[in-house]
Amino acid sequence: MEVTRRLTPSWGEFKDLQEWEKYRQERPEGDKAAAFADRLFDTIEHFPGGWVAVTSAEKLFNWARKSSIWPVTFGLACCAIEMMATFASRFDVERFGMVTWASPRHSDLMIVSGTVTIKMAPMLKRIYDQMPDPKWVISMGSCANSGGPFRFGYHVVKGVDRVVPVDIYVPGCPPTPESLMFGILKLQEKVASFQKTGQRETLTPAPD
Amino acid sequence: MNAEQAIRLIQERFGVPATGESPNRLEPLHLLVSVPKERWVEFARFAREELGCRYFSHLTAVDWKAEGFELVCRVENLEAGIGLTVKARIGQDPAPSLTGIYRGADWMERECYDLFGIRFEGHPDLRRILLPQDWEGHPLRKDYAVDTPHPPYR
Repeated sequence: MEVTRRLTPSWGEFKDLQEWEKYRQERPEGDKAAAFADRLFDTIEHFPGGWVAVTSAEKLFNWARKSSIWPVTFGLACCAIEMMATFASRFDVERFGMVTWASPRHSDLMIVSGTVTIKMAPMLKRIYDQMPDPKWVISMGSCANSGGPFRFGYHVVKGVDRVVPVDIYVPGCPPTPESLMFGILKLQEKVASFQKTGQRETLTPAPD
Repeated sequence: MNAEQAIRLIQERFGVPATGESPNRLEPLHLLVSVPKERWVEFARFAREELGCRYFSHLTAVDWKAEGFELVCRVENLEAGIGLTVKARIGQDPAPSLTGIYRGADWMERECYDLFGIRFEGHPDLRRILLPQDWEGHPLRKDYAVDTPHPPYR
């Protein structure tokens, strides 16, 4: 007789990674660990003085998250040149704990730097889906924000927020490294307040 | 082979004038020739073998709306410094393929098919090259609506 001790099924029990991702995102009824964690935090929070422990733990986690944001290297067009300059020695965002990483599975942040064509959009969505939660997206430059000068062309997605949810929009054509660094610092503030508000703030795509 | 010989040879063999001049001494001579559609392949073979234009620079098309399409192709003789731009009105019909003469015409004709919808007869592999394979329509045509929706991203 097989005895299952785990509260949640492991990834090896799923057919493929997509089903595992789906399970993780939907949190079905049988996820006892999440329910237990919710009940535990609820209990601790209502205990006299218990919120100190909870908020301290949240602050610790958020400090760790915002201090080591790893962006996946996803350069699409000329904005990628400015992104490379931002990561290079003169502007050096490594002092914020950022390491450009060539694998989406180890990354927290995707900087969409450049024009997203309709042909490229499924690949972008796929890379975003491969990143583990929690994950953030910076839309860099006019093209990624709204389509930019190519908005009325036939082949360009009118803003990357039609494909993935975007946290920070950095304007410019292309944005200077200082602009991108400002966006990254704003993203750090957003990550730090992630658990406090309890929800992500993303904009819905503008109508045509 | 120099430019005067090339102009005379084109006049003798095809009966069409080749016009053009060199913008300065350093750049090659630009010649402009219009040939009928039936002699398109024949002219390409003539340009490659007798004029020595072995370099296939590009091939594209112009949409003249009601008058149909016009093919534009440029071949160059790099040793003699002759650049030859050949044009042919094809109307709405399929065009003959140049892939048997120039290997460089392969992808150019695929691009032309992709964006203009001109079918090249005799092309070995006429597929879309720039746009996704399931794209509908040919965007560089004048009657292509820019607002054509492409779900789910637009």
